[in-house]
Amino acid sequence: MALPIYYSPFEKGWHYTYRVICAAILVFLVAPIFVIVPLSFNALPYFTFSPEMLSLDPAGYSTQWYREFFTEESWQHAVRNSFVIAIFATLISTLLGTLAALGLSRSQMPFKAAFMALLISPMIVPLIISAAGMYFFYTRIGIASTHLGVILAHAALGTPFVVITVTATLTNFDHSLTRAAASLGASPTETFFKVTVPLILPGVVSGALFAFITSFDEVVVVLFVGSVEQRTIPWKMFSGIREEIRPTILAVATLLVCVSILLLTVLELLRRRNERLHGPASS
Amino acid sequence: MTPGSVEVIRTADGMPLGLSLQRTLLRSRLRALLLVIPLLAFLTVTFVLPILDMLYRSVDNRIVASVLPHTTVAIQAWDSKSTELPDEPVFEALVMDIQAAYEQKTLGRVGRRLNYEKPGMSSLFRKTGRQAKRITEAPFKEQLLGVDKRWHDTSVWQLIHRESGALTGSYFLASSDLRLDDQGEIALQPEPRRIYVSLFYRTLWMSLLITVLCLILGYPVSYLLASLPARTSNLLMILVLLPFWTSLLVRTTSWIALLQTQGVLNDLLVFVGLISDDARLQMMYNKIGTIVAMTHILLPFMILPLYSVMKTIPTSYMQAARSLGASPLTAFVRVYMPNTVPGIGAGCILVFILAIGYYITPALVGGRTGTFVSNFIAVHISETLNWGLAAALGVILLALVLVLYLIYDKIVGVSNMKLG
Amino acid sequence: MKHLIQAIAVAFSMALLAGNGHAIDLTIVSWGGAYTASQQKAYHNPYMAENPGVRIINDDSGAEGLAKVRAQVESGNVTWDIVDMVAADAITACDEGLIEEIDPDSWLAPAPDGTPASEDFFTGTLTPGGTNCFIPQIVYSTTFGYRTDAFQGRQPSTIMDVFDPKTFPGKRALQKAPINNLEWALIADGVPGDEVYEVLSTPEGVDRAFAKLDTIKDHVIWWSEGAQPPQLLADGEVVIASAYNGRLFSAIAEKNQPIAMLWDWQAFDLDGWVVPKGVKDLKAVKAYMRFATDTQRLADQAKYISYGPARYSSAPLVGKHAELGIDMKPHMPTDAKNSKTVLRFDYVWWADYRAELDERFNAWLAK
Repeated sequence: MALPIYYSPFEKGWHYTYRVICAAILVFLVAPIFVIVPLSFNALPYFTFSPEMLSLDPAGYSTQWYREFFTEESWQHAVRNSFVIAIFATLISTLLGTLAALGLSRSQMPFKAAFMALLISPMIVPLIISAAGMYFFYTRIGIASTHLGVILAHAALGTPFVVITVTATLTNFDHSLTRAAASLGASPTETFFKVTVPLILPGVVSGALFAFITSFDEVVVVLFVGSVEQRTIPWKMFSGIREEIRPTILAVATLLVCVSILLLTVLELLRRRNERLHGPASS
Repeated sequence: MTPGSVEVIRTADGMPLGLSLQRTLLRSRLRALLLVIPLLAFLTVTFVLPILDMLYRSVDNRIVASVLPHTTVAIQAWDSKSTELPDEPVFEALVMDIQAAYEQKTLGRVGRRLNYEKPGMSSLFRKTGRQAKRITEAPFKEQLLGVDKRWHDTSVWQLIHRESGALTGSYFLASSDLRLDDQGEIALQPEPRRIYVSLFYRTLWMSLLITVLCLILGYPVSYLLASLPARTSNLLMILVLLPFWTSLLVRTTSWIALLQTQGVLNDLLVFVGLISDDARLQMMYNKIGTIVAMTHILLPFMILPLYSVMKTIPTSYMQAARSLGASPLTAFVRVYMPNTVPGIGAGCILVFILAIGYYITPALVGGRTGTFVSNFIAVHISETLNWGLAAALGVILLALVLVLYLIYDKIVGVSNMKLG
Repeated sequence: MKHLIQAIAVAFSMALLAGNGHAIDLTIVSWGGAYTASQQKAYHNPYMAENPGVRIINDDSGAEGLAKVRAQVESGNVTWDIVDMVAADAITACDEGLIEEIDPDSWLAPAPDGTPASEDFFTGTLTPGGTNCFIPQIVYSTTFGYRTDAFQGRQPSTIMDVFDPKTFPGKRALQKAPINNLEWALIADGVPGDEVYEVLSTPEGVDRAFAKLDTIKDHVIWWSEGAQPPQLLADGEVVIASAYNGRLFSAIAEKNQPIAMLWDWQAFDLDGWVVPKGVKDLKAVKAYMRFATDTQRLADQAKYISYGPARYSSAPLVGKHAELGIDMKPHMPTDAKNSKTVLRFDYVWWADYRAELDERFNAWLAK
């Protein structure tokens, strides 16, 4: 962006200072995440750069922590659990959340605001309170320390994201399209699957991604509701940090950063597709 | 108007139109509701009931009456203000109850419950339980008094009298650093035991500080993102979204690696020569650690709502102000900033709500002075086992959050919440 | 309804974890790290080798042991089979009727010479605080370790040195709980070891203990998990740390860290097994328990970690470390050289004062 010619020298100076400040803030946002990447190749079991690493001596680097992650059974168990729990939780929250969003976006929906506030609340209530409540209640109905219990808990935490994203897609939704389909003789089911679903799909997918990452990252509820058979990657990381800090955690963290980059790419592609279809949207 | 003079419009099948429309409306309302009901039912079972169930624990006092059923009834006849001990029937009831509870191994529960109110009750009940089986006939009073001299103390009986109901307020008193004294009056906890008021205060001011820091750091970046052309701003936006999508534990781990005494930042400072090797800075396990890490973690939640508001402000506003002679600063402060207030409000409330309920990051980097109410709730659930107190703290925290949530709903509208 | 949900949950978990053809799963809760590893090698592996139908699942949530046992038993859904608890927690759990009562001579194996179990375990350890739900495995101690490279000249050797940051500068790590710390503070302040609880029973005594802790408050990092203090020492984050003696042993002997022991006024405590009331398969639990607490097994555990077996008959069998070949006896807390001054933890006293002092301790910490 070229500077407007009427800018005074002071304004020009400020313009660049401002850019530097913003750059610094963006570095603050991203740098901590990338600091762990080189650290995870540390040959020594510490969380800091060794002199060998700084002089780029190959002896200072090692992939042993990655080997440990891929070979140790308890980590692999955690990986399986994380995926199983997140996938099932995502399915449940996407299904229920999408249905609810379809209902909420109908103009005839009674008590819309109240329902919305209630359905979003799992995102707002402090996790420790949800986790403690689930811990006592799920123990009582016999689903604590089971995969089912953790999946249901995570599904509950994930639904607000689906409701929000699908509702957002539906606000731009042109209802005359479904009416047109109906008037042209399509059955309600046909209309739904051939007209509505393709239009709200981007919202559903990004909601599902949010639900997935919510479950995949969640640790407080797993700590309370789950037991060792349900331990997930974040659980292992949490107890690892509290007990013996080993660079294996950094290796795992690096891999998780790759996962989030992947998810971010999917979202970005979705957004571009959406932009092509609807023109630059507001969200 | 005479009946029949109004022509009733009817639909093809002969139904009055008004009624037919009403029915259609009702049916479509019902259909909308039917779509929401599955999720509503699901959340009720998996989320709402568990929370209500836990909140009930903050006043639940059934344990005393269920373990000491006869005593809690008999003691009602005793004047709890009197300086005299209760009469023989109360003692008899207590001996019966203690014997039964000792057999069923439930006596420890009531001992522990009353020990929260008065230290020493736990061992009093344990000791009495072991010796009470020898007391088989009257006079019960004399014999029980012989078991332990603490039974002479009327405040013990006042405590049983006070806590014999099914509900109690004592957990809420305790979570406000208050207690009932021996006369049954509300009094301050002794100074060394006061903790929760200052804990809430600390949670609030640290959350506020984190919110302000997020605003200070988030505002310029959002402004930059909103003023750059879409292509560039979308690229930079990725830098904001990446931390947003990165696991909380990954980001906390990063901060541990950075802030440790033997960590990256300290190494850097020593290397540059700003500090000496034996005077490394303590940046973790204290307030600094919590504030820095949480500001980083919550910053995207400030930037995203700010950005979405700023993007809707037409650039012509600023241009108009400038062309009318306003200095850049005046134009920015008087024209641009007021337009961003909704974004500021949304971002600040969201960050603040998320901050006051935080658990993981303070638990890992907060140490002694950087922990929040949430951490104490966890401690009372899994370490001290005082679940009633944990629930009472939870109720207060939840109430705070819900009030803020309602304000957020009023200002922004929950349905306008945007993600990413 | 409850049973239906449970049935679904079980079916669901089975479907997810299909392929486990074990007849009996035993979930054993312990403390993780080097400690669980020693139990795995000394108890679990040989037991599973002898009983191929049994699968032992380790759950490392020992720190939440009492809380979770209580939640499970009170709601009638017990998923844990055996829990490793410290004696103080076992007393509470037993008093509240949360764990099974134990008849030592019918549950436990006699010594090789035929001495019944009730006489073979160290006197009084089967009935801590007058309860009868606890099967002791080990005598452990909470004691101190320090970095050998941290001080020039004189090395710390007494509890006074821990409380003397002038002569021995650097951070300390202490457990984030009042237990032991208050006692040590009083001893460091000059109270004779056998009068500690008497003094602590008075408000002035508690004030005195906190006043002593105040003198080092700014030099302390507080730990909450047993694995933390050796790690903090190894990373150089602290120079002196209170820790469980077995954890220090594994840092010193197995990982060759520059750490040495400071045994002065080490606090003895017991750790052992308890069984939650309403456990699914009591017979399988008893079979395991009989095996895992016999004379040989308890002595075997001492091959992997320096905790003293709780049976008289095991003591002579304690030999060398299984992998390092070093003699284990000098590393035991009970060894005469290490136990010249010993703090005996008073369970009953703490049961009364724990809640009050926890609160005061937390309030003190937060200031």
